[in-house]
This record gives sequence, structure tokens and C-alpha cells, in this order.
Amino acid sequence: MTLKLGVPSKGRLMEKTFDWFAKRGVTLSRTGSDREYAGAVEGVSNMELVLLSAGEIPRELAAGRIHLGVTGTDLVQEKLPRFEQQVEGLAEMGFGHADLILAVPQFWIDVDTLDDLDAAASAFRVQHGHRLRIATKYHRLVREFLTDAGVADYQLVDSQGATEGTVKNETAEMVADITSTGETLRANHLKLLSDGLVLKSQATLWRSRVAKYAADEKAALNTLLDLLEARK
Amino acid sequence: MALRSDIQARAAMLRVRFEAAGGQVVDTPLLQPAGTLLDLYGEDIRARAYVTTDALRGEQMLRPDFTVPVVEAHMRHGAEPARYTYSGEVFRRQEMDPDRPNEYLQVGYEVFERDDAAAADAEVFSLFALQVRGLPLRAATGDIGILMAAVQGLNTTEKRKAALMRHIWRPRRFRALLDRFAGRAAVPESRRKLLETEGDLTGSAVEIGKRRASEVQARIDALREDAKAPPIAENELLALEALMAVRETVPYASEQMRDIAVDLPQINPALDRLDARTAAMKARGVDVENLDFEASYGRTSMEYYDGFVFGFYAEARPDLPPIASGGRYDALTRQLGDGEEIPAVGGVIRPDLMLQLEEARA
Repeated sequence: MTLKLGVPSKGRLMEKTFDWFAKRGVTLSRTGSDREYAGAVEGVSNMELVLLSAGEIPRELAAGRIHLGVTGTDLVQEKLPRFEQQVEGLAEMGFGHADLILAVPQFWIDVDTLDDLDAAASAFRVQHGHRLRIATKYHRLVREFLTDAGVADYQLVDSQGATEGTVKNETAEMVADITSTGETLRANHLKLLSDGLVLKSQATLWRSRVAKYAADEKAALNTLLDLLEARK
Repeated sequence: MALRSDIQARAAMLRVRFEAAGGQVVDTPLLQPAGTLLDLYGEDIRARAYVTTDALRGEQMLRPDFTVPVVEAHMRHGAEPARYTYSGEVFRRQEMDPDRPNEYLQVGYEVFERDDAAAADAEVFSLFALQVRGLPLRAATGDIGILMAAVQGLNTTEKRKAALMRHIWRPRRFRALLDRFAGRAAVPESRRKLLETEGDLTGSAVEIGKRRASEVQARIDALREDAKAPPIAENELLALEALMAVRETVPYASEQMRDIAVDLPQINPALDRLDARTAAMKARGVDVENLDFEASYGRTSMEYYDGFVFGFYAEARPDLPPIASGGRYDALTRQLGDGEEIPAVGGVIRPDLMLQLEEARA
């Protein structure tokens, strides 16, 4: 059997992953046409490349269908309860940096901390008859963060894209989203809460604790780990 | 793990006993409208309840508990006084602990009764104590009403008291608010700046979203007003902290809290109610001399209770949830009753856990 490595199938994340492995003596490449999701590995024998959508990689790791996978900390923590028991982070890869943050309209000069947010949410509910809406696609992470901080009277509304626009469209009062530079936030007249950093994320190489490792797969994993170690 | 049929047989037996105690059998749908539960518990309930949807009725939840639907049914067409019993599955999402079931049977008993709260509290507690008699359990009791009375009687602004009351079930946020109102916590830089400026603060930032500039200004005004109010006095704060830390047997706890009431006289009526309940429990044969009382019991996990609270715990199995638990929830009936309200107290018991403990002992 072969050691299966799941890598995001598209875009910059795939290219950067290929570069990262190349620097460590492992050549990953796509085979066949551009549309075909097949890949090849050179440098480690008995290793196989599986191209997947980045969002599916946590699930595949947790199911043990792949042994290794590259995806963001944010996706792993959002999708896998008690993720530490299901996967082990082998290496932070130094790209794909993104922070999951809470942001409110810039003109809310009275709201800078979670403490302010909680008070504003309470008054908002009284005024408008519904809870203050936060648009996000990271429901679990945001809810756990706000529960832990003791913020009440909010509700999460699902937003799978163009999240920063929801405030202007009045489908949400604020957002919880991934940002790398904050430019999109500023362009949409939003600002960060000073203590509203939910999670710092970057592309990470994960190992499944659930997958079975046969002898040749274990050997392939050790070869790979040695290569990664040599480069540190 | 006990057989499902055994658990069902035990549930049926418990329900028959609750009927014999005067409970009228009620049944509630498995699917509950999500709106009511979300209004009540906020977004946190999504972490605990299974949510499903259809195009017609929108979001619905698999019944996470019976109390809310039973109260709603009573408020719609219940006669007074009323005693209810029920038995059925409740569903809880489990994301952290795979050993905890996500579906289990609960058997409950609820009393809606205007006169003599002490007697009703004692009736419910002793009925549950009777069901678990012989099992190696520890009974925990408390009374959220005492802490609420303490907060409502503080010498500070109504707004501060309302903020503290809102977070009585979130001990960490409650603590943070208390520190702020007592002038113990450092004022964040952003707020200090906001308070130092005067007049209207209409900046250059674009006004977007449903929360309007007038609401921002109203909060700034409220913050400025709050900054002028004196901090909560040291003696009141220390007394409140001492109150929250009370953990004793009922007679000693009562004594300690009477001492604390020298600085917090507002809790005396609530302490009178505790003493009346203790007498009523004693009259029913409860060993109150050795019964534990914790003033903060129920603050983290029993959010709609606002008076007497109790739970029976397996001493040798701290990993298990309470075998039986309950309390008084007068405010819940007000919230769900559209202006109507009726004092209510009740509890639930888990037949599966009872059988598990009995098996372990055998």
C-alpha cells in the first residue's frame, strides 16, 4: 500500500505546497491534463499524491482515508471536534497565513473590546427585537470563542462568501472572517476588535492519527519525516 | 450499559410513581420550534441541540429538554395548581466526549403552584430523593435567588445591576463586570479616550448597517454616565464575594449567610425563604443537617433556574452528569407566558444512569 498525501487541488495553495516539498527533496506534480485530479511523487517511494479541495482534507484525515494532508489550522479546528485526538500537526509551512477575526463597522467608536460588544449586543436586542447578527462561515470556532468570552445576545448567520458586504446589505451587523492583510475590511468600512482574534491560521502539514499504517506506509512516512527533519 | 428495554421499563415505573404523586401525564413533540429555544438560551444552544430545517416551518430542534414545551403547554391551557409528569427521549449534541450519549430518556415532575413555594420545593426534592434512595449519591443544593437578591439590592445604578443580572449564569463575565463596577479593573485605553472627549462624536467613518449612529451615541452617553457613578463599595463587594463562596451544610450555610446579610440586608427575605424551605424539607423527613448547600451551585449549567436548585451526583463517578436535577424557574414562566406567570419548580431523572449505578454495585 502507499502513503497518501492530500494536497489542495487548486491555486496558490497547491503551488506553494509543491514548492515547500520540493525544497525538502520531494517532488510533487500533477499528471495528465489540467482538469484531471491525479498527481505523482518523486523522492519518497510508496507515497501517493491525492488532490482534494482544501475544505475536504480535514474530513479525509479524520476518516483515515489519507495519512497526511495540507490544509489550514482554521479548517481543521472548525471541522474536527477535539482535533488533537484525530490529527497531529507535523509542520507549519509558513504560508497561507490568515487570522480569523471579529470585525465591526468603523463608526462604532463605542465598540473596541468584547466587553463593549457584549454591552452593545444587549442594547441592540432591546432596540431592534432580535439578536445582533454576526455573518461567518466558521460557526463552531466563533461560537466557542464568544461563549468562552461570555458574550450574549448575538446570533450567527451563515455567509459562505463576500462576508464583509453583509453589513452594508444589513443582513448582519458585524462579521467573523478570515483576513490576511485587513484591506478588504477597511474597504468595507470595518475594523478589528482589539481582543477579537479568534484564531491564527496557516497552511500546516497534518498526520492522521486515525489512518492505519502498514509496514511499507510506515517506512514511507519515516523517509519523509527524515527529509523534513534534515531541512529544519 | 443497561438494555434499552430495561431503561424503558425503569422510565415507565418512575412515571407511574410520579403519577401517584399527583402528576398529570403530558407529552410534547420531539421537534420543537428553534426560535423559542434560541431566544431563551442564545446561540449556545446550537452547540448542544440538533437543529434541522424544512421550507415550511424553518428551523426546528430535536427536543433538548422537556421544561420549555411543558411550560408552554401549561401557559396555553393549564388549570391551576398543576402537577405534570412526562417520560421520553431528549437529544444532546456531543462534540467533546464520545462516551456521553446523544439521546437518552428523562422522566420529569413539575409543579405549578402559587401558594407555599417552600412546600412545593420540598415536595419536588423529596420525591426525587425517594427515587434514588439507596444509590451512593451526594445531593447538592443551592439557591440562585439569594445571589439575585444580593445583586438587586446593591447600592449602585440600575444599569449596573441589570448588566450583572444578565450575566448571573456566566460567572466569568459576571466577575469581569463586578471588577469594573468596583473600580478594580483597569479602564481599557480605547474607553479612556472615549470618556475624555466631550460632546457628540460624529467621526468621518461611514455609517453602515442596522445599528445606527444614534445607538452608538446612546452607548457613549451611558458609558459617560457610568464613569460618573461611584464604584461599588468595598464592604458590599467583599460581602458579595463571601456570599458566592458559601459552601456548607444547610444549617451552617444559613448561619454564615445571615452574618453576610449584615452587609447585604437585601438577602434577608431570600434567606427567610431558604429557612422556610429547610423546615418544609425537614418535615418531609429530609436529613437537612447533613445536606450540602453551595451559594454558587447551578450558576454554570442551570440557566433558567432562579431559586432553589438541586442535583444528585454519583460520588464514585465524577464523570457522570447528575442522576437527577431540578429547581425553581419562576422567571421562565414569565418569559414564555406572554405576560402571564406562575411560580414553578420541577426536576428530571435519568433511568439509564440509575441502572448503570445499580449494575456497578451488584
